[in-house]
Amino acid sequence: MIHTLIDFVNDHLQMIYILLLAVFIGLEVIKNIPAVLHTPLMSGANALSGVVIVGAILVMLHADPNNYLALGLGFIAVVLGIVNVVGGFAVTHRMLQMFSKKKI
Amino acid sequence: MNTVLSLVYLLATGTFIAGLKMLGHPETAKRGNLIAALGMGMAIAGTLLLHTLEVPVFVYALIVTAIVLGGIIGWLIAVKVEMTKMPELVSLFNGFGGASAALIGLVAYGNTATDTSTAIMATIIAGVIIGSTTFSGSFVAWAKLNGSMRSTISLPKYNLINNLVALGILLFGTFLVWTGTDNLLYLYLLALAALVYGVLFVIPIGGADMPVVISLLNSLTGIAAAITGILYDNMVMLVGGILVGSAGLILTFAMCKAMNRSLSNVIFGGFGEAVSSERGAKVAGHIKKTSPSDTAVLMNYADNVIIVPGYGLAVAQAQHVIHEMETLLTDRGVNVRYAIHPVAGRMPGHMNVLLAESNVDYDKLIEMDDINPQFVHADVVLVVGANDVVNPAAHNDPSSPIYGMPILEVENAKHIVVNKRSMKPGYAGIENELFYHQKTAMLFGDAKAALTDLVSELKNM
Repeated sequence: MIHTLIDFVNDHLQMIYILLLAVFIGLEVIKNIPAVLHTPLMSGANALSGVVIVGAILVMLHADPNNYLALGLGFIAVVLGIVNVVGGFAVTHRMLQMFSKKKI
Repeated sequence: MNTVLSLVYLLATGTFIAGLKMLGHPETAKRGNLIAALGMGMAIAGTLLLHTLEVPVFVYALIVTAIVLGGIIGWLIAVKVEMTKMPELVSLFNGFGGASAALIGLVAYGNTATDTSTAIMATIIAGVIIGSTTFSGSFVAWAKLNGSMRSTISLPKYNLINNLVALGILLFGTFLVWTGTDNLLYLYLLALAALVYGVLFVIPIGGADMPVVISLLNSLTGIAAAITGILYDNMVMLVGGILVGSAGLILTFAMCKAMNRSLSNVIFGGFGEAVSSERGAKVAGHIKKTSPSDTAVLMNYADNVIIVPGYGLAVAQAQHVIHEMETLLTDRGVNVRYAIHPVAGRMPGHMNVLLAESNVDYDKLIEMDDINPQFVHADVVLVVGANDVVNPAAHNDPSSPIYGMPILEVENAKHIVVNKRSMKPGYAGIENELFYHQKTAMLFGDAKAALTDLVSELKNM
């Protein structure tokens, strides 16, 4: 178990570095946000978490074409993921539209 | 992986970071959202078109169908939904994201079952656990917010049970990784257990704390996406997921701070139930009723009026009427402003969105810290459908569950008019002594109906 862990760290060292830095970017980017924007921000971040859609597409591309269960589940995964992405961005846009209307 | 695709992913990741950053500033927020959306579109198109796998045409057709179908559904929901339903919607979308992550794990497991290394097993299992938990948890949060589930449900010894279930899932997951089993049934069992855990996790948390929970679950979906990214060595998923994970966590803490509660208090506190039973009878006194015409007179001859909008205003769809009233009063020389509590509505910033929707001037929305010293100079404070955010118990009753929460200090004003449907306690389920205050007059009725009456009375003056 320890060995596989060390191997994993060795094989994915670059990825671990990226992961670490991404955590800090995420924390920094969100600092000092006015409360007004919390709701759109949460909704926008939610849309971004829909990036799982990429994985859902990949899993379907990798699936054995004769494995209908895998294709079926993958299909649902793509649908749900894209609902999250499209719905998330669209609703965030709608919210922000209301703010910008005021500025004119 | 081919170079063009790597570049597309790199570019998409850049748009995510830039987009998220821009979303944090009022002037650039809209552009930030569009940029991130563009990046996401690129990542999706790139994944679909730029790969080196041999894939039969019908699989392509399936994927495209799924994208078109899901895209239409997502778009329709987003365009049709009322702004008051925003927290529920975010929760629902988030649940979909979690479900997607869990399903990916289940399918990937079948795909790679022949050559599963321990590391791959571990990522798949982590993805399934986190994805399933977020999915069911988000649905409970959604049901609580839209009222189809009671806002406070207390299970006996839920902390102990929840922790045991969580521990059991972790042990089971570790066991699966350890044995490297290729029996899919075990994985389905694990997913099922995680689904149950998601429900158990959210059920004891009070309805008022749901935004915090949603934000936390949102952060978890990001982590699930990042884990799936590790599985496929996919940078856009890894970085995108982690960004959402850490940003979501910060947002969660910001919300907790606005409510003056710690995260562990929200999750393990079991807000409401135990405490409210020993209270309740404590607040008693005389209630003074008022009528729309009396209120209209009061406000018409005031110099300073502050409106405190709450979620009750939103559910009654009264944000347009209140704007009409505000314009009428302003035209007559009354200085009208809105006091916005950080958690007014159901999420921080939710009330700003709702009032912006009905064209209320941005400059009239004053945040809590700026408006609190102004209440002393206010002749009339009109509280519409707000309750816990104006409850003085937060200041002077240490036994109250909301003790220490920052509130709008409306009790300093000369006159207070509270519009409510009934004397029913607010979302936190606690009594409000403000309603029994000698300066307070109650204007009972649905917010929209009451405000419409007020407006017509004002027009007659």
